[in-house]
Amino acid sequence: MLDIHKRTGYLFLGVMLAQVILVSAQVQTKSGTRALQAVMFELFSRVEAGTASMVRGSRDVWGNYFALRGVRAENETLRRQLGELEVKFQQEHALAVRSGQLQALLELKTKSELPTLSALVIAGNPDPQMRTVTIDRGSSDGVQADMAVIAPGGIVGRIIAPVGRRASRVQLLVDSTAAAGALIERTRAGGLVVGLDANPPLRMDMVSNLADVKPGDSVVASGIDGIYPKGYAIGKVEKSERGGGLYLAITVRPGVDFSSLEEVLVVLVPATPAVKEEPAK
Amino acid sequence: MKTIVIVGVLSASVALQSSLLGLRVGGNLAVNLVLVAVVFLGLLYGPVTGMLAGTVGGLAQDTIAGGIIGIGGLSKTLVGFLVGVLGAQFNLTSTVPRLVMFVAATFAHELMFALLHAIVDRKAIALKLSVTLVQALVNGLVGVAAFLVVEKGPEAAQRRRSSRASFSKRRY
Repeated sequence: MLDIHKRTGYLFLGVMLAQVILVSAQVQTKSGTRALQAVMFELFSRVEAGTASMVRGSRDVWGNYFALRGVRAENETLRRQLGELEVKFQQEHALAVRSGQLQALLELKTKSELPTLSALVIAGNPDPQMRTVTIDRGSSDGVQADMAVIAPGGIVGRIIAPVGRRASRVQLLVDSTAAAGALIERTRAGGLVVGLDANPPLRMDMVSNLADVKPGDSVVASGIDGIYPKGYAIGKVEKSERGGGLYLAITVRPGVDFSSLEEVLVVLVPATPAVKEEPAK
Repeated sequence: MKTIVIVGVLSASVALQSSLLGLRVGGNLAVNLVLVAVVFLGLLYGPVTGMLAGTVGGLAQDTIAGGIIGIGGLSKTLVGFLVGVLGAQFNLTSTVPRLVMFVAATFAHELMFALLHAIVDRKAIALKLSVTLVQALVNGLVGVAAFLVVEKGPEAAQRRRSSRASFSKRRY
């Protein structure tokens, strides 16, 4: 009996120690994708894709039996079209605002639309501290790390490494470690939108106390981060108060409903970092 | 048979947690099915199974989450082991003690998880009491329901079958 207890104790200590070593090894890693994580993500993304299609399939079967079939299909098509139109509207709106300011100074350059790729959200994240979702598009579709992901309501987030062959993970803008260069559309006051674990889940930092910011003002991407396309909607200012220091305390209500993400668009433009890393000599 | 049950329960909980409930990213997650599965297995089979289920379930959850692999594993290993030890020491076969165990296990897990994150990220501990309380209660209800299904389910099905058989005999 004592022997069994001893063995259990040793096993417990061994398992705990192994995991402590595992965590330590990862914390000490400087940067880059961990091989273990990449392989496991690739494997689990297949399982997640399978489960998601099963869930979606059974939901569709249920819906098609009990709802009006034609109306449902038509509704789906119209919703998709509306989503596409809203994205197009965003693009046109962003271009119009930019062109209005630049027209006086520069000759207008014709800009082509951003190349995008539609993707389905196949899984969320079981860890409440990490606000990410998994989508069914990966490196085989041209998806790369740091590409922007958008939805009809505005910016969703960015692709993070590791990117699987047929799946990738999107860090949502509301994640507490996410950030995006942003500006107030009305006054062009620039700042930084960061995610936080609160309601509303976005905060705009680095906006001077002297700037004119009112509740209801639209917040759009400034494009300064080299990831998110300039002029795309982020959300609306919910509250703007004088901060303790030099900056305003601004909370932003996102334009995207992050609790019901189903379809998104990946902007197939690789990120252009503002500061390029010099190779080590 | 035991291994199949353990693997089945863990796989189902991980798949369900990421596929169905994981989509609720806007708000906080109201239930941790993997933790429920670990506590369930710990109470059912004892400390070694609880510990190993915690390790496997936690590591799987960490891997899917994309964060540091091992934090969830460590928390769930400890919780699975402690639940197993307490389950073996005390009589936890009725509903209320089990509910208390699920609630306490959720608090212990969330505290350890937040503590490890704080150490690794070098930040202050971020543990929201109200959110944890809700999760603990939901976890408790799900866990107790799972026990009821496992324990009373076959009995109820048997009773229904026998009542149907007697009914058909009376009729014909």
